[in-house]
Amino acid sequence: MGDIFTNLGLGFGVVFQFVQWTPAFLGGISIPIPVNILLCLIGALVGTLVGVLPGIGTIATVAMLLPITFGLPPVGALIMLAGIYYGAQYGGSTTSILVNIPGEAGSVVTALDGFQMAKRGRAGPALAIAAIGSFFAGCVATVLIALLGAPLTRIALAFGPAEYFSLMVLGLIFAVVLAKGSVLKAIAMIVLGLLLSMVGSDIETGASRMAFNIPELADGLGFATLAMGLFGFAEIIRNLDAGGETDRKLVQEKVSGLMPTRRDLKETTPAILRGTVLGSILGILPGGGAVIASFAAYTLEKKVAKDPSKFGHGEIRGVAAPESANNAAAQTSFIPLLTLGIPPNAVMALMVGAMTIHGIVPGPQVMQKQPDLVWGMIASMWVGNLMLLIINLPLVGIWVRLLRVPYRLMFPSIVVFCCIGIYSVNNAPTDVMIAGAFGLVGYWLIKHDFEPAPLLLGMVLGPLMEENLRRALLISRGDWSVFLTRPLSAVLMAIAAALLILAVLPSLRKKRDEVFVESEN
Amino acid sequence: MNWYGRSLASGFLAVLAGLGLSSQVQAQTYPTRNITMIVPFAAGGPTDVIARIVTGHMAQTLGQTIIIENVVGAGGTTATTRAARAANDGYTLITGHMGTHAASVPLYPKLAYHPEKDFEPVGLLAGTPILILARKDFAPKDLKEFIAYVKANESKVNAAHAGVGSVSNVSCELLNSVLGVKPIGVPFNGTGPAMNALVAGQVDYMCDQIVNAVPQINGGTIKAYAVATPERNPSLPNVPTTAEAGLPAFQAQAWNAIFAPKGTPPDVVAKLNAAIVKALDDENVRKRLLELGSVIPPAADRTPAALGTLVKSEIAKWTPVVKPVN
Repeated sequence: MGDIFTNLGLGFGVVFQFVQWTPAFLGGISIPIPVNILLCLIGALVGTLVGVLPGIGTIATVAMLLPITFGLPPVGALIMLAGIYYGAQYGGSTTSILVNIPGEAGSVVTALDGFQMAKRGRAGPALAIAAIGSFFAGCVATVLIALLGAPLTRIALAFGPAEYFSLMVLGLIFAVVLAKGSVLKAIAMIVLGLLLSMVGSDIETGASRMAFNIPELADGLGFATLAMGLFGFAEIIRNLDAGGETDRKLVQEKVSGLMPTRRDLKETTPAILRGTVLGSILGILPGGGAVIASFAAYTLEKKVAKDPSKFGHGEIRGVAAPESANNAAAQTSFIPLLTLGIPPNAVMALMVGAMTIHGIVPGPQVMQKQPDLVWGMIASMWVGNLMLLIINLPLVGIWVRLLRVPYRLMFPSIVVFCCIGIYSVNNAPTDVMIAGAFGLVGYWLIKHDFEPAPLLLGMVLGPLMEENLRRALLISRGDWSVFLTRPLSAVLMAIAAALLILAVLPSLRKKRDEVFVESEN
Repeated sequence: MNWYGRSLASGFLAVLAGLGLSSQVQAQTYPTRNITMIVPFAAGGPTDVIARIVTGHMAQTLGQTIIIENVVGAGGTTATTRAARAANDGYTLITGHMGTHAASVPLYPKLAYHPEKDFEPVGLLAGTPILILARKDFAPKDLKEFIAYVKANESKVNAAHAGVGSVSNVSCELLNSVLGVKPIGVPFNGTGPAMNALVAGQVDYMCDQIVNAVPQINGGTIKAYAVATPERNPSLPNVPTTAEAGLPAFQAQAWNAIFAPKGTPPDVVAKLNAAIVKALDDENVRKRLLELGSVIPPAADRTPAALGTLVKSEIAKWTPVVKPVN
């Protein structure tokens, strides 16, 4: 225990380091400057501003901004990157809530209720609760990393291909629960998402699948490209047709209250707590755990709520829980990196890149060899989250004011920003065209009451599922029983089966209706 | 968003260059503006790090900024195709590697470029040795035992790799063909997840670049049988070479080198090559490359002609080993 405080003390010491600045024009008087705090603030601010561009999620933001940290000392660079990471994540939630354009898998869920809240004039509370929930989750996860980082690593190593496959099966069943309307339509959307995820290269042979010899499709369809088309462009087309007109006017007239009310806070507290716990656990799993954190949290809220029918129609708990889970997972996903030196996801791989640039290649001994770096980084996560709260609560007012901009001015700018966003992720014009095409598909889907959220989740889970299935079967030499003989995998499969039976058994039909179908229109 | 603007600007300049500026006139004063260096992999990867270390010094010599543009996709071939089609005025270069400029030829029969026909070799930057690695509790204790074990248990052992066409994939194919075995290859998305599986003991062995493996070997989470270079590596003095350990036929290095589009004027290439040579003699550059476990090429291997020979020999080396994807 004492160690923890010494270590955290070391970390905060690094973050709060003052550098004496003695400019010539002051005639030798030196001013102490908290360099690392400033770097964190700049990182969070820049990260938010870039991340708020529609379609640019955390990976794209961190990749774009990585080179600006190369000139800094290693600790400063990593602290700034941590700021950029959290900033980008928060920026992504902002576009989900305001204009219904999720920049990455985690924000899809936020868009469900967040955008509905914005439509009801409650964009302010939605944004504020996202910031508050994230901050709380960030604080808890930071303590968790400091206390239990090393033992938790074992969880990360216990998950092999078989366990991941079972986890993704469970994830797909969660995805059904996201649907507001018909279960059949939700399943159809998930399957379509799975099919779209098959486009690209076969992981085992490298053979091209459904790419039609288009080089840009060789690596598959981009998540951001599809999300922008199905959510962003489709929403714009819908708003421009006859029915949308009044809808938009409503949004602009109804804006009321920027901050959550006392009742909102009381309602969301348990949701934030549950989201934090779930996110912290799932975040540790490298390569996919964090992806399902936010919608597992959403599913849990919907299950425990007394009135699940409110979800999908602007329920504040539907924003608070996934946002907390998202952030907790983002934080605990550092654990494998800090204890094993292995990057668990693309953003962490970029962080390792940043370390390598500075001559530090992280490994299992990074904690002993570079304690100032590791603990400085852990402390900076907390500071990064605090910066976000400081930056974003005042910004809420500005973001909400954006909603009052007349739609005839707003939609062309959204389209332009979307196009810039999609183009700059890969520098590929094809991506812009694909997003446009999926905008039309998305419009058709909305008109026929199909929801894009399960489709996107199917698309995210598809590759993880397929790759881990094939890995597990390659390792077991084609023996399917591995999914049931490995204990962790068996437990996950059992939970998935239980959920499925709950949905299918006719005797539980009434119960199922409550769980899955909360349609009113 | 800066580089978005930049790529627009460079596109515009490329058009101007095509309109009339003769490249001969340019060459005398080259470089007069920023140079774009395409890196076909993500920022922070082994190729990117080496490119940044060397170009940082080259920029001082040339007196112009070198802008790194990371273009990812299709094992680096997307970026390499783009570089092949860029203006051959010396303002767009690419840091290619063993994959993009050799193994891609047998791997992708429909490749939109050819490393020899579409590029001028400029200069070799560094080599990254390949190691034979295994999970820490894998039965064989040294390379001799490993060879015997893999041959005896061909149908049971698993070899992890970082994805079809990756350095770890093609070098493991070479190892397997030298050993005459066909174990099951388990594909992962990149070196990180593959290393994770090896550390967790889910797979038996893999071949990988030294950069990623040194901290894990020193931490005792995995073990290394041999390094596939003629000499031992200073960062792993206790790991024998493949020749010492009894498998001299397995030699592999992931080399990185700078290429320019075909038809780039020879004096521009010479100027760039001189800047590379100067960078490789700089003490700080050498120190940082050695920290990564890289091998710095000796003077004789640094000329454009030597790089051309290397590309030719590497294509010949990988063609019988690498299976084409369809």
